[in-house]
Amino acid sequence: MIPVNRQGEVWVYAEQEGGILNDVALELCGKARDLADELGVSVGAVLAGHEVDGLARRLIAHGVDRVYLTEHPRLAHFQTNSYAKVLIEMIKKHAPQIVLFGATHVGRDLAPRVASAVRAGMTADCTDLQIKDVTDPKTKQTHEKLLLQIRPAFGGNIVATIVNYDWWPQMATVREGVMPMRDLDSSRTGETIREDVEITAADMPLKLIERHVEPRTVNLKGARVIVAGGGGIGTKENFRLIHDLAGAIGGAVGASRAAVDGGFIGKEHQIGQTGTTVRPALYIACAISGQVQHRAGMEESAKIIAINKDREAPIHSVANYGIVGDANQVIPIMIKALRERPAAEKNQQPS
Amino acid sequence: MPYHSVVCVKQVPDTANITAQAMKDDGTVNRAALPAIFNPEDLHALEAALEVRERFGGTVTVLTMGPPKAAEVLRECLYRGVDRAIMLTDRRAAASDTLATSYILSQAIKTIADRFGDYDFVFCGRQAIDGDTAQVGPQCAEKLGVAQVTYMEELLRLDGRTVVVQRNVGNGWEVVETSLPVMITVIDSANQPRPPAARKVMLYKRARVKDEVVGEVKRGMAEDSDEDRQAEIQRRLADLKDRSLLIDQWDLDDVGADIQRCGLSGSPTKVYRIQSIVLTKTGYKEVPPTELGVRELIQELIVDHTLG
Repeated sequence: MIPVNRQGEVWVYAEQEGGILNDVALELCGKARDLADELGVSVGAVLAGHEVDGLARRLIAHGVDRVYLTEHPRLAHFQTNSYAKVLIEMIKKHAPQIVLFGATHVGRDLAPRVASAVRAGMTADCTDLQIKDVTDPKTKQTHEKLLLQIRPAFGGNIVATIVNYDWWPQMATVREGVMPMRDLDSSRTGETIREDVEITAADMPLKLIERHVEPRTVNLKGARVIVAGGGGIGTKENFRLIHDLAGAIGGAVGASRAAVDGGFIGKEHQIGQTGTTVRPALYIACAISGQVQHRAGMEESAKIIAINKDREAPIHSVANYGIVGDANQVIPIMIKALRERPAAEKNQQPS
Repeated sequence: MPYHSVVCVKQVPDTANITAQAMKDDGTVNRAALPAIFNPEDLHALEAALEVRERFGGTVTVLTMGPPKAAEVLRECLYRGVDRAIMLTDRRAAASDTLATSYILSQAIKTIADRFGDYDFVFCGRQAIDGDTAQVGPQCAEKLGVAQVTYMEELLRLDGRTVVVQRNVGNGWEVVETSLPVMITVIDSANQPRPPAARKVMLYKRARVKDEVVGEVKRGMAEDSDEDRQAEIQRRLADLKDRSLLIDQWDLDDVGADIQRCGLSGSPTKVYRIQSIVLTKTGYKEVPPTELGVRELIQELIVDHTLG
């Protein structure tokens, strides 16, 4: 553990592969920015790899103040020990108060090893993070501005809020696609600090023999939020709105058979009996009538919003929220509302 | 050459099959009413270790930590042919988070090495279904100072001190080679866990850890004197030992654990609040297609954590 340090930065692990930043790293930059502003501290990003210095600018444009850059030929491919060594040294040297990772295969492999080495608390797979003063019910002592780490647990049947009572750093992995990615601001400035970490052969216990990775395709199964469009969207041009809403909410794009048959989008996005069956936390059905074949593929979603101008459309029968209106008019309102939710207040909630 | 594998297993509440009996009137889950099961992916870790023994020779030691009733998962391991089972149980370990748990397990694994010989593999299931953290395996590896290979799909080759493993990387796979010892977490597509062997069930269904015997005698001889009960406990323990049916039971002192690093005092993370999710659908609510209506809807989704 490192000493409690109120000026400690909020850090993001800038996960990259082959010189391409993972989207979740950029989503975390925006979240880290919000948290850091509430704490009155800076945002740092740890960027490790080989010839990756060009990525620093993108991190800064997404809200980072300081990029800690470690480049080494031995860091060309991810492996747990070498990357953990970089993070452990950086954490010990700079004492951040919060360190966030994407809950990817890499993040969930790397973060616990780092947390163990610095003896920090670690919460997996968070879906929300907030800053709040917390009174320990046991000691009655109030701890200022702790990180609330909110995650589903127990097979998704409960939502648990985890805190570390002044035990630094507070570490968490955050589910992909949950935090909205901020718009890129190329005018933002920040600094890049080169940090040399010695990576020896002993830090490389694994030898990579072969690797086969599919390009990232539609990940409907793993998506926490899905925005799906139907035939009622009307045209391929209008279907762009579905992508825009998915982008604003941090979700994946789905479609009904009518939309696929209409040529609005590829078949790999089809949800339903002949497509993919999904059960995300939130499913937004836009101009989808909700034939039984479609409902079979999505009705187990935790929450369903139906946007359809026909009040009698069967999609309303499985929805938790129904908006009776033209999707092409309602979606822009929804995108606007999502974009404009105030950064500081958006996490306030009655407790 | 013979290989010694240690497998970490856990008894968990069956969160995947929540029945009406496990629901409270308000629609929330009554944890106590959930059946306790063998954590599913730990069965795949066990199978991986048994396959190593079958293909290359060696021994399999299985380790669990929990209350005495968790010995049930150790019997399940004995039914499937492990060579040795160890129960770590201690009230002072209660409320351990992943950091404290991995510390305790790593101490136990070191103790296993001291008493029964060095280990070559530590196998863990990828994650336990009660917490889904997937942290304890990597954290044990760090504390033991060994390499980790997570998400194993297949053990491809084992030759002397070198092992080649195929692991899942989310959008594909990779093949990695490493030297023993190594900690490996196993996913459910890696193998098909074997069923219990009937002959071993007959043999080991009476296997017990010490605290189970104590509990059984206390319940069965509630009317008798304390002296009689103690004598009966000693008699039964000696009898089980004679028949090789007494499962090793260790506490934190047996594994040389620093008590400060165990249980509550060793756990940085604390549960501050639990909100149950009501499983029944909350009914239908119509939202007007206006800016105000949509804004309120989004606010509602943020408050209930549907949106981050």
